[in-house]
Amino acid sequence: MPETVFEPWNDPDAEPLIRFRNVTKRFGDFTAIDNQTLDIYEKEFFALLGPSGCGKTTMMRMLAGFETPTEGTIELSGQDIAPIPPNKRAVNMMFQSYALFPHLSVWENIAFGLKRDRMDKDSIAARVEEMLKLTRLEKFARRKPHQISGGQRQRVALARSLAKAPKLLLLDEPMGALDAKLRQDTQFELMDIQEKTGTTFVIVTHDQEEAMTVASRVAVMDHGRIVQADTPARIYEDPESVYVADFIGDVTIIEGTAQPRREGFYEMTFAEAQPGISAQSERKFTAGQACALAIRPEKVVISAEKPENGVNALKGTILDIAYLGNISTYHVELPGGQVIKAQTTNTRRLSRRNFTWEDEVWLSWSETAGVLLEG
Amino acid sequence: MRRLTWFNTTSLTLGFAFLYLPMIILIVYSFNKSELVTVWAGFSTRWYGELLENDAFLDAAWVTLQVAVVSSTVATVLGTLAALVLVRAGRFIGRTLFSGMIYAPLVMPEVITGLSLLLLFIGIGLDRGVLTIILAHTTFSMCYVSVVVSSRLVSFDRSLEEAALDLGCSTVQAFRLVTLPIISPAVISGWLLAFTLSLDDLVIASFTAGPSATTLPIKIWSSIRLGVSPEINALSTILIGIVAVGVISASLITKSASLRQQAEERAAVKA
Repeated sequence: MPETVFEPWNDPDAEPLIRFRNVTKRFGDFTAIDNQTLDIYEKEFFALLGPSGCGKTTMMRMLAGFETPTEGTIELSGQDIAPIPPNKRAVNMMFQSYALFPHLSVWENIAFGLKRDRMDKDSIAARVEEMLKLTRLEKFARRKPHQISGGQRQRVALARSLAKAPKLLLLDEPMGALDAKLRQDTQFELMDIQEKTGTTFVIVTHDQEEAMTVASRVAVMDHGRIVQADTPARIYEDPESVYVADFIGDVTIIEGTAQPRREGFYEMTFAEAQPGISAQSERKFTAGQACALAIRPEKVVISAEKPENGVNALKGTILDIAYLGNISTYHVELPGGQVIKAQTTNTRRLSRRNFTWEDEVWLSWSETAGVLLEG
Repeated sequence: MRRLTWFNTTSLTLGFAFLYLPMIILIVYSFNKSELVTVWAGFSTRWYGELLENDAFLDAAWVTLQVAVVSSTVATVLGTLAALVLVRAGRFIGRTLFSGMIYAPLVMPEVITGLSLLLLFIGIGLDRGVLTIILAHTTFSMCYVSVVVSSRLVSFDRSLEEAALDLGCSTVQAFRLVTLPIISPAVISGWLLAFTLSLDDLVIASFTAGPSATTLPIKIWSSIRLGVSPEINALSTILIGIVAVGVISASLITKSASLRQQAEERAAVKA
C-alpha cells in the first residue's frame, strides 16, 4: 500500500481552509499587498517568508482581523471573514512580543481566552492543565510573566493562543527573541505540537532556515507579492526566479545568454574567454535570450586536477575560504572575474586542508546541478 | 559611607535650613502657650483643642475634602480619556491643536483660569458654591492627569490589547481587563496629583468659591489678614503632618513594591 503523502495543494478536490482572492491592501499611497491569491489547506504548517517590509505581517494581520483588505476577499472555511471582528474569529495569534499580560499569572494568562467564552470553571481548569502539560509549564503556573525565562514566556504565549483550540493559529516571528540553540529545539517542539493538535499553523518569519525546517509549504514574498509558494525542497532545488534562488540559502548566480542545443538542453555563454556552460532545463529559452544559472555551492565539485569526464569544468583561483567547522566554502575566481562558490564537507577531523588561498583549482558540475532561470 | 567634606556639610545644612526653618518655626509656635505668636510662653496643646471647636475651620476642611475627592476623581476619568485619544487616535484633523489645548492650562496663569471660570459661572447663572469649585478644580487638574497618563500610554505595548481582542474580548473588556490594570499606577498617581493640587489651591478657589462654601486655604488666607493666630499655626501643623504622612507612605509603598519585584525577579532567574 502506498504511503499517503500530505499534499492537499496537489489535490484538485481539496477545499482550502483559507483562501485569499485577489487581495490588495493599501496604506495611503503604499501598497502593502498587491493583488494576491493564495490557498492554505487544513493541517498545513504554512510559512510566509520574506525580508522586512515585504507584506508578510500584513497578510497575517488581515487573517487575525486587525487589518481589512482594501480589495478582494479572504475566506475561512468558505466564509468571507471581512465583516467578522477579531474577537469573533476562530483564529488566534501568537504575537512577536508574546504580549503576555504582565498583571496575570501564567495560569490566568492561559485561561484568559477561555473565560471570555463563559466556559464553566472545571472545564477551564482542565483545559489550562492540558495546555500547561503540552508546553511543559506545570511548574510555572503560579508565576508572573516577569518571573520566568524568555523560552518559558514563548511557551506561555503558545499555550495561551492554542487554549481556545482555534481553527487557525497565526505565529508572528515566534522565535525571534530566542537564542540560536533554544530556537532549534523550539522549532522541533512547535512541529510536534502542530502535529499533536492538528491545528493549521501560519507562521511569519524572515529566517529562511526556520521556514524550511518547520513548514510544509513556504511562500516567499517580496514587495507585497508572493514570488513562489511551494514545499521547502522545491523552493530550494527548483526556484522559479533569481530572487527566490538568491533569498533562500547560498547560491552563485551566473548571468549569460542561452543557446538551445538538443531537446531540453541549453548552452549558456557568460564570458569571452570561457567555454559555455551546459545545463538541462524544463523552461524554454530562445537563441540569444538573457538567462541566469543558479547553482548551489554544495553541487560544485572542487579538485586540483581537471576532472576526467566533467561536463562543465572551469579553472580558477581561490579567493576566499570560509571555514564553518562542518563545511568549508571556497570562493573561486575565474579569469573573467566571475566568482563561483564551492562547498566541501569536512568529513575527516584531522585531514590536511587540500586547498589554500591563491591555489589554482578546477570546478565542475553536472548538467542538472544548476537551475537555468530567466535573467 | 563616605565622609562629607566641610564644604558639603555647610551647603547641605544651609540648604535644608532654607527649606525647612520656616516650617519648624511654625510647628514650634503651634505649641506655644501664649496668644502672641512671636513670644514663647511655654509648651501647650491648647490651640489644637480650640481648633476642634472652631466650626468655621472644620466646615472649610470638610468642603476642601469633598472638593478634592470629587474633582480629582472626575479629573482622573476625563484626563485618562483625553490621554487615550491623544496617544491612540493617531493623526486626525486638529490633533496638534487639541493636544496643545490640553496642555495649555498647565502654563496658563491661575488668575486667568480663575477669572475666566468666574465669568463663565456668572454668565450661565450658576451660583458659586461647592459645585463651582469642583468644576474649576476638575478643569485644571485634568490636564495634569492626562500628562501623567499619556506618558505611560506612550510606552504601552499595543499588542497587549490586540492579544486581548484576539482572545475574545470586546474593546471595552480589553480596556477594563488589560489596559486599565497595567496603566493603573499612572492613573493612581494622576489622581493623587489632582487631589493634592485641589487641596492646596488658593487662587482658583477664591475666584469660584461663594459665600456658601469656603475651602481651607481661603479660610487660612483670610484669617491671616486679621493677624496670625496660634490656631492657624496648629492647623498648618496638622496639614504638614497629613501631607508628610501621605508622601512618606506613598514612597514607602512604591519602594517596597519595587524591592519585592526585584526579589521575585532574582528568584525567577535562579530557578
